[in-house]
Amino acid sequence: MFKFERFGLGIFKGMTVTIRHLFRHPTVSQYPEQRLNISRRTRGNELIWSRERCTGCATCAKACPQGAIEIVTAANTAENKYNVTKYRVDTGYCIQCGLCVEACPYDALFMGFSFERAKYRRADLVQEDDALAESPERPASGYFHPDIAAKLPEQTLLVDKITEKRKKQ
Amino acid sequence: MTTTEELTLHTEPFVLNFGPVHPSTHGVFRMRCTLDGEVVLDIEPVFGYLHRGVEKLAEERTYTGFIPLTDRLDYISPMSNNLGYCLAVEKLAGIKVPERAEYIRVIMAELQRLANHCIAVGSMLNDAGAYYTPFMYAFREREKIIDLFDMVSGQRLTYNYMRIGGVSQDIPAEFLPALKKIISRLKKWVEEYEVLLKQNEILLARAKGVGILAKEIAVNCGISGPVARASGVKRDVRKDDPYSIYDRFQFDIPTGEAGDCYDRYRVRIEEMRQSLRILEQAVPQIPGGAVKADVPHLIRPPAGDAYAHIESPKGELGYYLVSDNSIAPYRCHVRPTSLINLTALREMVKGWKVADLILIFGSIDITMGEVDR
Repeated sequence: MFKFERFGLGIFKGMTVTIRHLFRHPTVSQYPEQRLNISRRTRGNELIWSRERCTGCATCAKACPQGAIEIVTAANTAENKYNVTKYRVDTGYCIQCGLCVEACPYDALFMGFSFERAKYRRADLVQEDDALAESPERPASGYFHPDIAAKLPEQTLLVDKITEKRKKQ
Repeated sequence: MTTTEELTLHTEPFVLNFGPVHPSTHGVFRMRCTLDGEVVLDIEPVFGYLHRGVEKLAEERTYTGFIPLTDRLDYISPMSNNLGYCLAVEKLAGIKVPERAEYIRVIMAELQRLANHCIAVGSMLNDAGAYYTPFMYAFREREKIIDLFDMVSGQRLTYNYMRIGGVSQDIPAEFLPALKKIISRLKKWVEEYEVLLKQNEILLARAKGVGILAKEIAVNCGISGPVARASGVKRDVRKDDPYSIYDRFQFDIPTGEAGDCYDRYRVRIEEMRQSLRILEQAVPQIPGGAVKADVPHLIRPPAGDAYAHIESPKGELGYYLVSDNSIAPYRCHVRPTSLINLTALREMVKGWKVADLILIFGSIDITMGEVDR
C-alpha cells in the first residue's frame, strides 16, 4: 500500500500555494454595482429589428432552427413592394444562436447588447413589431456587424483585470 | 480460538440508488449500486433522464440549423462538438475549408480541450473530497478561456461558432494578444496546480491504485480519450487519423501505465501542456484570407453518407450523417465519448468502497448531455 513516509511535505507545499492566493486580487466582481464590459459580439436575449430595412423576405424565419420568428407580409401594388404587416419573435423559444442575423441579406436584424431582460410572464417574451426596434434601452450588438462592434466599449478580460489591479497596488 | 474470518461482520447485500440528482453524478446519472456494507459489489448505470432526441431533431432541421444543437450535446466542450459535426458535413458535401479558418478551428479546439480539462481535474478533485480550493482555481482559469470564446462568438456556453466551410466570423483584432496572455498565464497555472496537488499525500492515497482499468478492457470496450490513454492505450485521433491541419503541429500523446485514477488525472494535466504547445505553434502561423468557404445557407449535399471523427477533450467523438440530397440530414448519429467511456465503469468500481466509487466516476469525466443526447 501507499507509504506515508513524507507525510506533511506535500500538503505543506499545497498550503503555500493557497496562502499565496490570500494576497492576490480576487477575480470576482461585485456584480450589480461593479459591471464588467461584456463582449462586443454578445448575443443578448433579444432581437433588434429595423422596419425600414426589412423587405419581408423571411430568410430569417427560414434560418431559425426553432421556428421562433413569424413574419406576415402583404403585397403593396401601389409601390410595387411587400409590406411587413407582422413581425413576431417568441424569445421564449429563441436559443440565441444568431443564425437569423447571419442570414439577413439586408442588415435589418441584429442581436441585442443588453442581457438583463428577464420577464415575469411567458406572454411578455413574445415581442412584436415596433417593440423590436432599436432604442437606447435596446442597443444592437456587434454580432456579425463589425461596424457596430468597433463603436462598442472594449470587453473586460479577466486576465487583464488582474494585471491592472496589480499595477495599482 | 476464533479466526479472523469468523470475526468479520457480514451484512446482507442491499441496493442503494445514487442520483439522478446527486451532486457527484455530474448531471442526471443514476447508479443502482449493490452494496455489502460499504463495499461496492455491483453497479448498474441508469440513464436517459436528459434524453432530448437530438439525433431525431437533426432530421427536422437544416444542416446549418443543427449546429446550435450540437453545442448542447457536450455542453462542457461545445466547440469540439461544432467542429466534429461541421467536418462530417464537409466530408459529405466535399467542401474545402480556407486555411485561416482551419487555424482558427484548431486554436478553438485546443482552447476547448484546456477549458474541459480544467473542469475535469477540478471536479474530480472535488469528488475526491478536496472540496472547493482546486475546483475554484480550475474554474477561474476556465473563465479566462471562456472570455476568449465570448470575444469571438458572443456567448459563454453555447458558442455556435463553427460553420460548414469555416467559422462564422473572423477573430477580432484584440483576440491574438489576449490569447498570448492566456497561454502564458495557463502555463504558470498548470505548474502551480501541480505544486498544489502533485505530492499531496491525501490525493496520492485516494487516487493511486484506485479504480484500475486494464488495457485489454479499455480496448475491448472501445474506451477512448484520456481514460484509455491512462491505461496505456496510445491512441489519439489527431495522430492516428489526422483531420483539419493537426499533421502540421508537433505534440506528444501522454500515456499512463497503471490506468488508475491518478494516471487519468496526470494524463489530463499533461494533455493541457501539449495543448498549450499546439497553441504556441499555431498562433504565429495564422495566415490571412477568408474564414468561410462559399457555402449556401441551405446546403444540399449529394446523396450518400459520411462519418467524421475528432479527438474531443473526452475522447473520440464521431458524427455519422446520411444525406438524401435534401436540405436536412436523412439520418444523423452521434458517437458519443461519454456513453462509451461509461461502459467500463462497472469493471472499475467492483470491490471498492462507496467513497472510491465517487472518485472513480469523477475521473472518467462525463457529461450527461452527451450520454443521453
